[in-house]
Amino acid sequence: MRLEYTERQNKFRAEIREWLAANVPKQPLQSFDTEEGFRQHREWEHRLNGGHWSAVTWPEHLGGRGVDLIEWLIFEEEYWRAGAPLRVNQNGIFLLAPTLMEYGTEEQKKRFLPRMAAGDDIWAQGWSEPGAGSDMAAIRCKAIRDGDHYVINGQKTWSTRAVWADWLFGLFRSDPDSVRHHGLTFVLLPLNLPGITIRPIKQLNGLPGFAEIFFDNVRVPVENRMGEEGQGWNVAMATAGFERGLMLRSPGRFQQTAKALVDLYKAEEKNVDDCSLRDAVVKSWMDAEAYTLATYATAGRLRKGEHIGPEASTNKIFWSELDLSMHETAMRLLGPRAELMEGSPDGGNIGHWLEGFLFAQAGPIYAGSNEIQRNIIAERMLGLPR
Amino acid sequence: MDFAFKDEHIAFSDSIRKFLMVEAAPEWLREIWETETGRSRELRGKLAEQGLTALSVPEEFGGIGAGDLEWVLIHQELGYYAIPDSLIDTAYLATYLLNRLPAADASLKKTWLPKIADGSARIAVGHPVNPMVADAQNADLILMWHDDEVHALTKDQVKLSFNPSIDMSRRLYKVSWTPSDATRICPARLGKQLWDGVLDRAALAGAAQLVGLTQRMLDLGIDYSATRKQFGKPIGSFQAVKHHLADVAVKAEFAKPVLYRAAYATEREQARRGVYVSHAKLAAGEAAWLGARKSMQVHGAMGYTWETDLQMFMKRAWALDAAWGDRAFHKKRIADFILADGARLGPGETFA
Ligand SMILES: Cc1cc2nc3c(=O)[nH]c(=O)nc-3n(C[C@H](O)[C@H](O)[C@H](O)COP(=O)(O)OP(=O)(O)OC[C@H]3O[C@@H](n4cnc5c(N)ncnc54)[C@H](O)[C@@H]3O)c2cc1C
Repeated sequence: MRLEYTERQNKFRAEIREWLAANVPKQPLQSFDTEEGFRQHREWEHRLNGGHWSAVTWPEHLGGRGVDLIEWLIFEEEYWRAGAPLRVNQNGIFLLAPTLMEYGTEEQKKRFLPRMAAGDDIWAQGWSEPGAGSDMAAIRCKAIRDGDHYVINGQKTWSTRAVWADWLFGLFRSDPDSVRHHGLTFVLLPLNLPGITIRPIKQLNGLPGFAEIFFDNVRVPVENRMGEEGQGWNVAMATAGFERGLMLRSPGRFQQTAKALVDLYKAEEKNVDDCSLRDAVVKSWMDAEAYTLATYATAGRLRKGEHIGPEASTNKIFWSELDLSMHETAMRLLGPRAELMEGSPDGGNIGHWLEGFLFAQAGPIYAGSNEIQRNIIAERMLGLPR
Repeated sequence: MDFAFKDEHIAFSDSIRKFLMVEAAPEWLREIWETETGRSRELRGKLAEQGLTALSVPEEFGGIGAGDLEWVLIHQELGYYAIPDSLIDTAYLATYLLNRLPAADASLKKTWLPKIADGSARIAVGHPVNPMVADAQNADLILMWHDDEVHALTKDQVKLSFNPSIDMSRRLYKVSWTPSDATRICPARLGKQLWDGVLDRAALAGAAQLVGLTQRMLDLGIDYSATRKQFGKPIGSFQAVKHHLADVAVKAEFAKPVLYRAAYATEREQARRGVYVSHAKLAAGEAAWLGARKSMQVHGAMGYTWETDLQMFMKRAWALDAAWGDRAFHKKRIADFILADGARLGPGETFA
């Protein structure tokens, strides 16, 4: 056991800290769920990429720095610490890219990854459909082979940032006679193809953070397929593994929130006569630390060539419940001011807590609901009967 | 950055696990529970044969000289098997104290450390965070706190009254005694630091046992839910039952790295040792209480009986949670740390 950073890691931290200090916008960007905010965030991705910081774990020839997962965690810690903008291309960089590295052809990697790193292509995910939520194997949206194209018909929904994104990756039914996990194919497609209609959906905060996507005879070249035809489920599961396991929510995010919550508690303590709040703040710090420690432990194992198993499902439950409880605590600390929207002239600078509280409601639902994760833990980790 | 234990530590704790699996069957533990002292010479002898009593004793006194990281794996096994013995108080805590006594007290070390190593001595440790002293009655030596001083007493110097615990593997005594120059073996000036070290190690050992206990109660729940059938199916196939046990698995999974950081910080005497130990104790206590509650629920009425083994582990978990600092005590230590002005918190501060 060695719970210390190496010289090299400390240098890496110093380097990113210095770069962020010089480059993080002084004024917070607008929400990337607005057109102008999306543009600002894309610009920020350009800037990150200019410093070679947008995808540090990738090999250098694809736009990364070839660093390992521990350095990635260090990068993330510094990123959150600096209050840098949210990653508008998170679906691409953290979720699609690891799958591309594993299943993509060399040509696909060269074609997609550098543009992804630069923020030239912002990616959306297309798994969910009206009839396929938790039950993803119920996917019906079709991609039927016609010569060297797939012809796509049907609908996807809840696709995050699809309103302004450039590309979509997702699962489609390529064998119309297949059922469940069989006959699905993983396809990458630009969202400006003829036959695509995107209908924005407003989220709890009123902004169009996700969208429905309708496909009407949309033709996608066969070279946009990842993995074999009919093998899409396995490819998709690899993405889900990364998502749940490690890259979707790095611990720095929750440590930053926990720290802000400590500050909020110190500022508000005298106004709130509720002795359970200190307890909740202590618990927030502990759980954010626990999540960090568990992530470092996992990263250490992966670095030695081990794989993430079904225990990854414990992560998803842990961070989503942590995020909820931290924001609930903040709301309780703010009391009657908690309802005030960002920008309320007399609210003080507190609106981000409400925004975070709203978003925390979604955590136990997306990326595989927490009930589904509990099923996975019970059946695959604990071995209970189906 | 690496959480992996040394191969030889893992091999040692594996061998202890296999040994306890065979030698510490619940039926035998129940028998020991029912005895007057609650302790068994035979069990103690076997623990000594495995080298457990010698772990912390320096080599010059016939021991192995192991550190806190090696112990933390062993403590988990002792928790998993709910071992009824004063092994931890004697071989980990008292030994820690004796090892660090001023050089002038060489005679105490010479007398006691070899006996600890060979398993023939039992030593009890009394600290004000606990209202009672565990195993005072069959201790050959009692080390007591008094205003940060360390005092060493034999049984003829104390009055003991037995207070039965719901966990019959714990034997708790109120100790009445009078401190004197003759009993003092360490002044407060040095004792303060020693007692802090004892408290943190005791809480660390408690946390590790609680992690082991959580795993045991989870395993008992899994086994039961696979064999018990209702409505024509194993109850483990019902989702509500699955989710009870999955919740325990989540808590257990996230208590472990917290425990390991605490052990690491303790072995290295890092400045944040106490905070990290408190964190471990709280995380493990919560996991174990949830493990008890959920496993109880999964067992149905069977879980509410004396006959079912689950009770032995639940009671241990309930008791250990508040031993060597209850939740209020450990939460306060964390609150004092995170709410202090200028506390270094947030991303990048985890391993400071
Ligand atoms: C903010 C947000 C962003 C999203 N972004 C995307 C995206 O970019 N791309 C995309 O494809 N999708 C996205 N989703 C959709 C997300 O993947 C689905 O919401 C999720 O898979 C759950 O599906 P559902 O909403 O249809 O709920 P349902 O599946 O209808 O579930 C409703 C409730 O029933 C429970 N339930 C369902 N089945 C079971 C079962 N077997 N056992 C126990 N309980 C069960 C669920 O846990 C949940 O509580 C997003 C969702 C949100 C909230």
